[in-house]
Amino acid sequence: MSEDTFLQDLLKRFEYATERASLDDPAIQVPADKLVETCRVLRDDMGFDLLTDSTAIDWGEEASPRFTTIAHLFSTKNKEYVRIASDCIDDLEPTIPSLVPLFPIANWLERETYDMFGIRYEGHPDMRRILMWEGYPYYPLRKEFPLAGIETELPAADIAEVTQTKVIPAPMMGGPFHAPQTGEMSDREPRGADQSWNEQKEKPE
Amino acid sequence: MSTEAAYGYNSKVEGEVIVSKLDTVVNWIRKHSVWPMPMGLACCAIELMASGGSRFDISRFGMEVMRFSPRQSDCMIVSGTVTYKMAEVVRRIYDQMAEPKWVVAMGACASTGGMYRSYAVLQGVDRIVPVDVYISGCPPRPEALLDGLMKLQDQIMKEPSVSNLLKKDMHPAPKALKTTAIAH
Repeated sequence: MSEDTFLQDLLKRFEYATERASLDDPAIQVPADKLVETCRVLRDDMGFDLLTDSTAIDWGEEASPRFTTIAHLFSTKNKEYVRIASDCIDDLEPTIPSLVPLFPIANWLERETYDMFGIRYEGHPDMRRILMWEGYPYYPLRKEFPLAGIETELPAADIAEVTQTKVIPAPMMGGPFHAPQTGEMSDREPRGADQSWNEQKEKPE
Repeated sequence: MSTEAAYGYNSKVEGEVIVSKLDTVVNWIRKHSVWPMPMGLACCAIELMASGGSRFDISRFGMEVMRFSPRQSDCMIVSGTVTYKMAEVVRRIYDQMAEPKWVVAMGACASTGGMYRSYAVLQGVDRIVPVDVYISGCPPRPEALLDGLMKLQDQIMKEPSVSNLLKKDMHPAPKALKTTAIAH
């Protein structure tokens, strides 16, 4: 079965689905309330028995719908992928049905997406943060969140009091740190592109 | 090895009697029985393991007794990236170590946050624990770690150990407060 006819087959089988631009594997867009149903048919009737990835896209603060979740399914028998996209229901408090009842592996993937984007998965058995600590007030992969971070409290109050330390925005110093490619080995410690400022010294205007 | 002058002993003058300072004797004992605790958090820990192996042989310097329990060790080698989430754990483990205790920040990440200029990474472990020796490198080679530990030994020789003994606690542990972590 060629990819094109496979895509047409998908669109015929799920009449609510629309085609989604894709450079590689067939991709469809389905409404949030049909996501679980679609994945169940794909798993039980069409042999897509492995969820290889579950993640999300933030289209920016102005966009609506703002968040889109992506699921990649793989057929271990036919060695085929299919991508299912679905827009989240709310822009401020986005939610989407969970795929954990179908694919237990979605548990941690969805926790990570929740941690990074703040998308709540309805029906998820354990909707906690997985990378950042409980109580962290931001969702780091949202568009408005700066890479350096935002000042906030350490997770443990007693440690914060004794050490007088906070979560601080990291001094970016001109971009990601990397080792220079030329020069003596001893001078090639990783460094920022702009060494004129750091956490002690203000960034020059 | 420290010089003869540090011990104040000259066999030609004093023969079989050794006259020295108590500080020096205590420090001399301490520096040759540093028990490191590997706080292995990232790739630096691999180099730390290499230092313990036969090729680099950390035991030549009297500091080979690696213990994985903070109660049994007195030198925490923070080898790797410390995230804000892990910072609490590092500090609590440090608080559990018995006095006297030292901290080595091994590598760029532990020293300054290294290449991880990001929202998740503590920008230098010295923000939560007092660091005695910083070792540069990403990761440092085992030779660099051994050199850093020898620098620590030199530093131990200079400590006012006896007057420190009279102090109740050199590094007071934090009092228990309630944490802000939210249970789900």
